[in-house]
Formats: sequence, structure tokens, C-alpha cells
Amino acid sequence: MSLWEYANPVKFLRLSERVQPWLWWGSGVCLVVGLIWGFFFTPDDFRQGSTVKIIYLHVPSALMAINAWFMMLVASLIWIVRRHHVSALAARAAAPVGIVMTLIALFTGAIWGQPMWGTWWAWDPRLTSFLILFLFYLGYVALWEAIEDPDTAADLTSILCLVGTVFAVLSRYAVLFWNQGLHQGASLSLDKEENVADVFYFPLLVCIAGFVLLFLALVLYRTGTEIRVRRTRALMARETRGAGLRAEEA
Amino acid sequence: MPDLGKYAEAVLSAYAVSIVLLVAIVVLTVWRGRKVRAEMEAVERRSGRNG
Repeated sequence: MSLWEYANPVKFLRLSERVQPWLWWGSGVCLVVGLIWGFFFTPDDFRQGSTVKIIYLHVPSALMAINAWFMMLVASLIWIVRRHHVSALAARAAAPVGIVMTLIALFTGAIWGQPMWGTWWAWDPRLTSFLILFLFYLGYVALWEAIEDPDTAADLTSILCLVGTVFAVLSRYAVLFWNQGLHQGASLSLDKEENVADVFYFPLLVCIAGFVLLFLALVLYRTGTEIRVRRTRALMARETRGAGLRAEEA
Repeated sequence: MPDLGKYAEAVLSAYAVSIVLLVAIVVLTVWRGRKVRAEMEAVERRSGRNG
């Protein structure tokens, strides 16, 4: 068995529909447990007060905003190299989910920043690269909508995705190599010393799991929808051709 | 309800905006998915009848 078997839309849909209930339920349970745990049962931070509770939304959504773009990059590369339609449609399906994740990260960041930094927004390297990533997401969706031929749209959006990856990488690593910003370093790290305190860390991990599972559920469902849109168009085109031939014969 | 002190507005609005956006993307995704599936099934039935 090879991974490329799932480039076949029928096989992809079959597998996707089998795993989706687990993803939907898993994401629901993790989000409810993680957010209730974080909101109701964790203490205030000694410096940030109760605003620390925003971490359970801000960090997972920012993480997914960047990782959604990387998933789109991988799918776009598969399209460019192997021309599998399902991968192009998966990238298309992920973009609106990425937009929502980016919006949540931007909103919660601004709401958190106001009491902590005294400003809703600063042209800080991470914030700015994140805003540009959001604009790339909008451009990516607009480009798919603007081009009628799906293969041309997939080609051009794949190129846009490659270019936008620069800002996804910048959003992720700007705080590490650009020191003049307001944004603090990573909340999660393989180095335990840099992590947030355990009392915040464990509910945060549950929330991150919830966001990851929700992203996967949404992308699989939306990819299935895109595959059906494509099939509907193909059937309608065949119908139109058939009607044209019958008219000519008559 | 925990005591959120002077930051109650900030914390609650962050949760409200995020939950609304998450629910919106799920509802829109499922709504469009069902609509497209119904359309495809209608076209398949029609194509089947027309041979």
C-alpha cells in the first residue's frame, strides 16, 4: 500500500469519512476540557493577572495559523511535482481555516496586548509578519476564486503559497532572531526551562490538541466538499455536451 | 465564574470573539458541504436517468 493511493478521490473520501467522526469528537472533547480547565481552574499569573487565560486561545490559534500554511505548502508542492488534484484541493480547503486561525490569533493578541503593552498593535517583527501572512491567506483565497480553470488556479496559488512561506517562517521565528520587538519568546519549547509553568502548560497542551484535531477535521471535510464540487462540474459539463450532440443529431 | 478582576472585559471578549469565529467556520463548512453533496446527488440522478 502506498500513500499515493489516496490521491484517488474515491479512496481519499472513503478514508476521510472513516476518520472524521474521531477527529470531530476528539477536537470537541479536547477544546471543551482544555478551555474549561484553563478558564475556570488555573490561577492568575503574578504579572499578567487573569489575561494569562487568553493563552489557551492565542497560542493554539497562532500555531495552527502557521502550520496550516505549511500544510498548504506541502500540498502545493505535491501538486506541482505530481499533479494530484486531491492535494491541490486540500490546500484550497485549508486556506479559509487558516484565515480563521490567523484572525483569532490577531484578535486575541491585540486584546491581550492592550492591557500588557499599553497598545493594541505595534509594528513588531512577529506581529507584522503575522499580519502579512494573513494578507497572503486572503490573496490565496481570492486567487482561487478569480481563476476559472482549476488547474491554472492550482498552479498559480501553489506559487503564491511558496512565496508566502517566507512570512510563515518569519512569523514562527521572528522572536528568536529579531530582538527589538514587543512580543515575548515562545511559550512552548523543547527546552523545559523556557516553557510556561506547568499549571498553564498542561491545559494549554489539551487546547493545542483540540485546535489541531479541529483543523484536521475541517480540512478533511472541506476537501471532500471540493472534490464533490469538481465532480458536479464534470457531470454538468458532460450533460451539456450530451445535450449539444442530441440537438445536432435532431 | 472565576474573578477576572480589572481584565474581565479583555479576557471575556477574547473568548467571545474566538468562540464565535470557531463556531462560524464549523457551521459554514458543514452547511456548504451538505449543499454541495445534495447538488451532486441531484446531478448524478439526472445523469443516470439520461444515460
